[in-house]
Parts: sequence; C-alpha cells; structure tokens
Amino acid sequence: MADKIKVGFLLLGGCAGCEMSVVDLSEKLVDALEHIEIVFWAPTVADVKYNDLESMEDKTIDVAFIDGMVRLDEHIHMAKVMRKKAKTLIAFGVCAALGGTAGLGSLHTKEDLFQKAFKNTPTTDNPDGIYPQPSCLVDGKYDLTLPAYEDKVRTLNQIVDVDYYIGGCPPHHSHVGAAIGALVSGQLPAKGSWITNGKAVCDVCTRNPAKQGGNLARTMVDKVLRTVDGTPDADTCLLQQGYICFGPITQGDCGGSCLNVNIPCRGCGGPIPGNEDYGAQALSTIGSILKDDTVTAQLMEKYPNLAKFFYRYALPSGTLPKRM
Amino acid sequence: MGTVINIAPITRIEGHAKIAIHLDDQGNVRDTFLHIQSLRGFEKFVEGRPAEEIPRIVTRICGICPWMHHLAANKAVDAAFGVTPPPAGHLLREICQLFAHITDKILHFFFLAAPDFILGPDADYSVRNVMGIVKAEPELAARVVKMRQLGQMMLERLAGKAIHPVAGVVGGFSRPMLEAERQELLRDAETLLDFSCYALDFAKDTVFTRYKDVISELGAITTGFLGTVDRDDGSLRLYDGRQRLMKADSSCIDFEGDRYADHIGEHVEPWSYGKMPYAKSWQEGFSLDPAAPAGIYRSNTLARINVCEKISTPKAQAELEEFRGVFGRPAQQTLLYHYTRLIELIYVCERAVELLQREDVTDTRIRAAAEPRAGRGVGIVEAPRGTLIHDYTTDSNGCITKANLIVGTTHNIGPMNMSVRRAATSLIKGGVYDAGLLNKVEMAVRAYDP
Repeated sequence: MADKIKVGFLLLGGCAGCEMSVVDLSEKLVDALEHIEIVFWAPTVADVKYNDLESMEDKTIDVAFIDGMVRLDEHIHMAKVMRKKAKTLIAFGVCAALGGTAGLGSLHTKEDLFQKAFKNTPTTDNPDGIYPQPSCLVDGKYDLTLPAYEDKVRTLNQIVDVDYYIGGCPPHHSHVGAAIGALVSGQLPAKGSWITNGKAVCDVCTRNPAKQGGNLARTMVDKVLRTVDGTPDADTCLLQQGYICFGPITQGDCGGSCLNVNIPCRGCGGPIPGNEDYGAQALSTIGSILKDDTVTAQLMEKYPNLAKFFYRYALPSGTLPKRM
Repeated sequence: MGTVINIAPITRIEGHAKIAIHLDDQGNVRDTFLHIQSLRGFEKFVEGRPAEEIPRIVTRICGICPWMHHLAANKAVDAAFGVTPPPAGHLLREICQLFAHITDKILHFFFLAAPDFILGPDADYSVRNVMGIVKAEPELAARVVKMRQLGQMMLERLAGKAIHPVAGVVGGFSRPMLEAERQELLRDAETLLDFSCYALDFAKDTVFTRYKDVISELGAITTGFLGTVDRDDGSLRLYDGRQRLMKADSSCIDFEGDRYADHIGEHVEPWSYGKMPYAKSWQEGFSLDPAAPAGIYRSNTLARINVCEKISTPKAQAELEEFRGVFGRPAQQTLLYHYTRLIELIYVCERAVELLQREDVTDTRIRAAAEPRAGRGVGIVEAPRGTLIHDYTTDSNGCITKANLIVGTTHNIGPMNMSVRRAATSLIKGGVYDAGLLNKVEMAVRAYDP
C-alpha cells in the first residue's frame, strides 16, 4: 500500500464550524482514513500541541487545512509554522479565505471592540477599566501572557502563500468530501484556485426562472424588502420578489441550502471565480438590477451600513472598504 | 520565579485556551491560570444590522452549537419586535434544538472526551483521539459515528443547513414540516432514543465505575449552579422556562430571563479575553479561591440536573433518581458533567419523540407577521454548555443599537479555572509530572467544555 497522505487541520480565529463539517463526513471520513493520516488537528479534535507542530520537519504534512481568520499574533505565528510544515496549504472556509463574519470587526477600532466587550455591556463589572493585556504581572509574582490583538482582521493569504481556497460557512460536507477526494486522487486545479464546482448559487437554485421554463429576459427588481417584510413565496426567485439575495455572485457548492428553506443567500460561498472583490461585485451586480433610483434609495434605507451587508463574509479581503 | 508549565493549546475542546501552571521552588503548584484566547467583537459589530438578520450572524460565535445562538437570537428579536410565534413555529424550533443537543452530546462525550477514558488518560497523545477509537474500538466507533450523522442529517432534512442554520426566523420558522417528514423523523428519533439508553449503560459499565476515583476527585470544587426550569413544576427545560440560580447549600432564587442583569455580573481579568460571570445578587463579591469561592456558580449539564425538580420524561427521570440517590443534590464532582450529559441525552431523545408524535407539529401556521420597531428583547435557551443569553435593543427601523451576549461556556470560565487549579495541585508534587499527568489536568476542562 502506498504511503498515506498526511493531513493537518489548524483552527485560527474561527468557530470550529469547518471542523464540524469535516466530522459530518462521518463514515466517509472513517473510510478515508485508509488513505489519509491526520497528523495534526488542533485545538478541536486531537492532542498534538503547537510545539509538536513546530518540532516537525518542514514539508512533512502533505495537505494542511487552515480555517478561521487572523486576528491575534499567535494566529500569524501558527499560520507561518503550518505553511512551513505543509507542502500544500488550503484556506478552508470563508473566514480563512475572505475574513468571514468576524471580519466585520475590522469596521471598528480595537478600542471600540474592547470598550464594548470589557466596559460597556450592562453586566460587565469593571470599575478599574481593565483590558486584557499581552503581558501582565499578577499579585506581584505571576508573569502572565496572552496573544496580542492585532488592529485588523486579516485573511490567510495576507499572511502566507495559499495554494487553494474553499468557500462556505462552513463548506458543505459534500463539498469537503469532494475536495478530499480530489486531493487523494491528485486531481486538483491550478494553484491559487478555488476548489469549487464552478456554479453560482442561482445555477443550483430550484427557483431559477430558467429552470422553471420561465421568462429568461432579465427582470429588474422593483422593490426592496427585508426578510422580516412578509413571507416570501417558496417557489419564486427571491430577488424577483424584492428580497435581496446574493445567489448570482456566490459559489453554489452548498446546493442552495438556504434557498431550499426559503431564506436568501448572504454570500458565504465566496465569489464566483474571476471576481477578486466579493463585496464590490455584490454591490455592482445588485445595484445594476435595481429598477430605478427610488428602489436604490429603498435599499439604502432598508439596509443601513451597506459595507456590513455586502461584505458580510468578505470585508478583510475587500479593496473598497480600505479606500473608503 | 519558579517554573511555568504551559499547556498550549488545550485540545479537544470547543474554543481557544491555554493553561499556565506556576510552580514554586519545591516544584509544587503555586497557582494556575486558564487563559481564554478569543475575542471577535460580536456585541460591537452587530450594531446597525437589521435585527432579523442577527440570528444568522451570531451563529458564528460557535460552530459546535450554532443552533443555540440561532434560537436565542430569534427569541430575543421576537421580543424586541413584540411578536409571538404560532405554536408550530415554537415546536419546530424546539425540535431543531433537541436534534442539535443530541448530536452535540454524542460529539462531546464520544468524539472529544471519551479518548481519555476508552484509550486511557496516559495513552500515546498522538493517537489519543477519535481516530484512535476508530482503530481500537471499531464497532463502537462505527455506531457512534452513525448516530451522530443521523442527528445531523435530521437537522439538514428539516432545516436545510445543519451548521450555521437559517431556518428560524423572527416570528417562527421558515418552512413547515410535512407529514411524511414527521413520520421519518419520528422513526429516526426512536433509533436515537435506543442509542441514548445504550450510551448511558455503556458509560456506567466501562467509564464511571472504572474511573470512580478520578471522577470523585479530579478538579472537584464546591459552587452554586444556574439552569432553566419549567415555570409550573420546576422540571428540566431547555427551550424556554424560568432561570434558577442555586447556591451550594441548595437554596434557590428563580427569576424571569429578562431580569438576568439583576443577578449576573461579569468580572474582567487582564490575563484572559473571556470575562467571568458571577452571581451578583448573592452580594458576596467575586473570588476564584477554591477554598473560599465567592459568587461562583456553574452552568451546563451538571448544573441543569442539579437545579431541576424532576425530568418530564420517564427514562431520564428514572436515571435522575438513581443519580441523586448516589451523588445527592447538588452533586459537585466535576467529572459528573459527563454522567449528567448522558442523562440529558436520554431526555432530549425522549422529548424529541414526544414532540414528533404530536400532530400539530405539521401545522402550516409557522410564522407570525412581524414589523421592525424600537424595542428590547432578551432571548435565553439552554445550550449544551450552559445558559445562553442574548439581549438586543433596536431603533425605530428595527436595527440593532445595543447587544449583550453571555455565552454558555462563559459561565464556566471561573469554575474551570478553579477545577484546573485543584487538579494541578493534587497531581503535580515536587516538580514531577509527565504528559499523561498534564492530560489529566486538561480532562478537568473537558468535563465542562469540549
């Protein structure tokens, strides 16, 4: 039998949802253990520690998956360590690839985030205004350390070279299964690519008018609704009903799982290959299908702070928010 | 300055943390610190968002229990907008919560904690994980993997997305359950109920008896407890009820969820990104001294089992009686979290079967109309790792102006610090320790929080 492919999983500033998607492979993952050996999976699943990873010889891990965004100096350090140990590095899930939901934190200063969390909530009891510190001396005898908090959230490729990207929050387990299958069989796209079926959410959505034999002519959106405004019809395109949906610009490796339960897409799958800046593309595409200025004004009123809307999962990767 | 032993990161847990054990010149433990290493700023960056979007944003606080954040946020936004979901809307949400509790408990006990018990605390750390169980106990592993997957697929069938769900909406649920789905889910829930009874029997036979000494001593501390109970009969509740705060002497205060800030404060330390909640209403201040803790209570399974008067389903109630007969009320031993986790697994399976037997669960009136407005709402559910509190204030456009979140695990940060100190102090003497021994210190954390 050929040597097993050595695989590593490292969670940075994420929620472990991506790891759960791997666990959701269930029996398929058990079967895959015939072909792969998971040599590192911290902190979530296995006990090999950070210093064990640091002690490994360079390039001993064939494929490393990193999920979560980069916010602490420890994330930067561990991303660099993993890059050294891995022959192939995958930004796994939308946080590592584009910054993810917590990337929205970059629209606020570190001081704002700390002030809210450690001073200004109704239950916080902090008369001395203490903030967490990278190092502090407690009781005059304990030197204690914490990872330092960086000013902004960063994506993985802003720290190290990334070989492949996988979208989704989290990536659907069937997509993870397909990606691992491609790795085992060596059938990977060109370096720097997204591993994707190449279809938009609209392409896999059962409501797509083209699939329903309906009118293929482009229909302009004549009103903007929030999801709290009434109940959408379960069979008709949400955009055509006025519910803003990011299906046209988002990779559909999820199988349209939100649309299937009558909820619009918010873009976790990442951009259709070729689009570098998700939020800018979303703004441009949605803006171009709004019927007139009245509808555009409605969008601004219904969704104040458009940066948080269009860059819901992609702010740290965007060029627009840095220039505005 | 003496030696410092760092365990970095703590592994097989949900979240990011490290332990620092400070030794004196004789190599005995002077003190220990459990440092929480994550802050993403949800309370700040949700500001300005339309409130109905919040239940699908805050899910990202935790990829292991996203359903809990989804539902607590939905309940809070319901309250802020002044809308009451129809009965089937609540039922569908509760059923999803039960399925999510089922898969979480299987994950926590069998995938994350069990390697310490099945392979042993001193087993080679490179295989002391669920992949190691697959090799050592393939039949058990196959069954466990299959059962967790069944639960996840039940969620996926009913709600589309199992991880970071979207199907709960302000005013109810986004799609009805079809009769054919009900019948299929009921059959699957019955399968899981059989498994849950097997799981507790297995743990009683092979874990709790074999590791009796470890369970009675490791990380044992004395604290109060917080949980949710039925408003009428004080039975265990997870989706809705009244909050109950119990002191170590078993006296209790009950309160409605929206009064939470009268009872709970959050203490800040410079050495952790996680705040430490404590019982403000006890008026005894805050201290983590294991010999004389002040304000310290625990949440999660052991807490819920301690604070409830009874459990409304028969099999779990029988187990509760047996448990109380042996360990009393409140039970304090930290590793009993695992035991009570498996009692709760039986309860959530029984409750799922009970709800899926109701015909009104397929009622198509699942969503009440809601209108954005200025308001405030507190939503509380019992997450696998503790009482989960979401509190939102909205402006007249129904957008968030203020948010306060107390996450299940957070309640236990103080107690985990105490348990780690207890465990390390009793295990490390004269500077002698090894990897297996340090793993036992981590086991005190894993009781609370994989």
